Amino acid sequence: MDDTTVPADIGPETLLEVFTVATRIKLCDEKFRALVLAGQVSAQYYSPRGQEIVSASVGVLLRPDDYVVTTYRGLHDQLAKGVPLRELWAEFFGKATGVCKGKGGPMHITHPDSGLMVTTGIVGGGLPIAAGLALAAQLRGTDQVTVVNFGDGASNIGAFHEACNLAGLWKLPVVFCCHNNRYAEHTSYADGTSVGRIADRAAAYDFPGVRVNGNDPIEMHRAAKAAIERARAGAGPTLIEAMTFRFYGHQMSDQNEYMKPGELAAARADDPVPRLREWLTAKGIATTAQLDRIEAEVKAAVEDAYRFALESPAADLSELLTDVYQEAMA
Amino acid sequence: MSGVTEQELLTQPMLGFQALGSALDDALGRDPSVFLLGEDIADPGGGVFKVTAGLSTKYGAHRVRATPISEQAIMGAAIGAAVAGMRPVAEIMLMDFLAVCLDQLANHAAKLRYMSGGQTGVPLTVRCAAGAGMQFGAQHSEMLEAWLTHVPGLKVVVPSNPADAKGLLTACILDPDPCVIVEQSLLYFLPPQPVPVGRHIVPLGVAATARPGRDITLISYGRQVHDALAAAQLLAEEDIEAEVIDLRSLVPLDERAVLESVARTRHAVIIHEAVRRNGFGAELAAMISEHLFDELGAPVARVAGADTPIPYAKHLEDAFLPSLDAVLTAVRATLARSRARVAG
Repeated sequence: MDDTTVPADIGPETLLEVFTVATRIKLCDEKFRALVLAGQVSAQYYSPRGQEIVSASVGVLLRPDDYVVTTYRGLHDQLAKGVPLRELWAEFFGKATGVCKGKGGPMHITHPDSGLMVTTGIVGGGLPIAAGLALAAQLRGTDQVTVVNFGDGASNIGAFHEACNLAGLWKLPVVFCCHNNRYAEHTSYADGTSVGRIADRAAAYDFPGVRVNGNDPIEMHRAAKAAIERARAGAGPTLIEAMTFRFYGHQMSDQNEYMKPGELAAARADDPVPRLREWLTAKGIATTAQLDRIEAEVKAAVEDAYRFALESPAADLSELLTDVYQEAMA
Repeated sequence: MSGVTEQELLTQPMLGFQALGSALDDALGRDPSVFLLGEDIADPGGGVFKVTAGLSTKYGAHRVRATPISEQAIMGAAIGAAVAGMRPVAEIMLMDFLAVCLDQLANHAAKLRYMSGGQTGVPLTVRCAAGAGMQFGAQHSEMLEAWLTHVPGLKVVVPSNPADAKGLLTACILDPDPCVIVEQSLLYFLPPQPVPVGRHIVPLGVAATARPGRDITLISYGRQVHDALAAAQLLAEEDIEAEVIDLRSLVPLDERAVLESVARTRHAVIIHEAVRRNGFGAELAAMISEHLFDELGAPVARVAGADTPIPYAKHLEDAFLPSLDAVLTAVRATLARSRARVAG
């Protein structure tokens, strides 16, 4: 997203859609984080603030029947795939109306109607499952694509390497989307990863690996488009390393004492969502009034979802014993 | 036709591994969403135990899919495909190797239905060879069913004979939830026994009375059912009539069959190959005691593997295993204690 050109390959509608989705993620996160900090809701919540553009850019390229797998820091991926706001909020509140009837919570969102198939709390655990979702599409001869999102830390667990090897070997229609937010919990990238670029690891499995500025919607969109088209055409996986930053540490109680001085402040000063907003108006892609209207609509939808969650009934106690197996427990 | 019963016409003598292969053949033939994946399972090898011999030739290497040595990838790929509505049968060559992919099995396969509020099931079958007796040493011989029965969301079956192996494997493949079938490798090579031809289903959670009796109930599963039957045969000479219950399925468990039998015989001995400490026998003993404390003539006894890794040397491996003598001793001790109580 340089300051001089408007891309010819990405239409203004797409850029506005990316902005809308990114705004939804940002406002949703801000509202929910405030509620957790104020003690109005009890949840183990991992904020994706700062990483909005990565997911929004991928999300606008996916079809509803494509599959997405994400992690406990997954709000951005869930919203970008179209998980409905009201039911998502209700799930965060542990309510009966939640996408998972209050049994999953923020770390375990599933919503197959949107194609959001698995949210795992185990770092790297989703990668082999994504390979399996892609394998199902390949076996059935559909052209569905699976995108699996994970952090830089996940590329150091064995499951990452086994999934990459299998996907490369069988040319599975999967996109490995690494959100490199520079920290694996409290461990910096350099202290935990043997290579300078995670994208380089794709070479070991004989498929393309690209590193892009994930906070730049044009770069991110181009990389995702190429990877998704490649997967859909049956040419196999791609590893995208999207460089980004998480604004609120690993967890809510995080004091970020493990970060380099000034690093966080610099990243926050370069917040990608307002930067996209400025760029859209500067390039004449949208007027300030248009973007104000989008933000107001998103804000109203978030407020509506919050009220829906608040007023929804708690999950019935009988739900404790259901869904362990298809048949209820005796 | 003379001398051939109708039942025999519908069965064929099969070795254990052939019976399992016949279940897979039937499932692959009937349902295009069934596929197999595992190390070395394709022809010409047909798997290290030959269970899948001929199947990749018949159904294609895309449906009988040889994988790299990557247990996490095998299990994860099977889970993902199952979440997408396929019915994968994943072979983890030996049960000990489940340790390599236990995250996928315990954290994902077992929990995805619950965590999603019932939106996504995992109709996955995991097959693994297990058990001592072939001098494979500590890392290729364990019975680890207790690991699995402790995880809500998994179903666990342990067949004791070829016909049940076929019927239980078929039931697992048809089941909407993740099932693990524990195939003791010595059972692959039992003398051929009649196995139903075509589709054969043994429903999960239904135990079999392998031998009726009135004096004591021997509860077992898998290969040790044969020890229990041999013990019952010898005990009959002492005028002790032992009933033998073959559980077949540990989760779901046929509690009713166990409790009904022990309520009648008032005595129970549990026999399994896995190590004694925190083995599945502990669960059975507790379950029986909770329900039948007042009826029991003596405490529930357990005969199990030693609390050790499994040794290589033949005589040590034999000593690790629950022996026929140990079963006989446990039965006699249980009945003696019961008689002493009544006399006292």
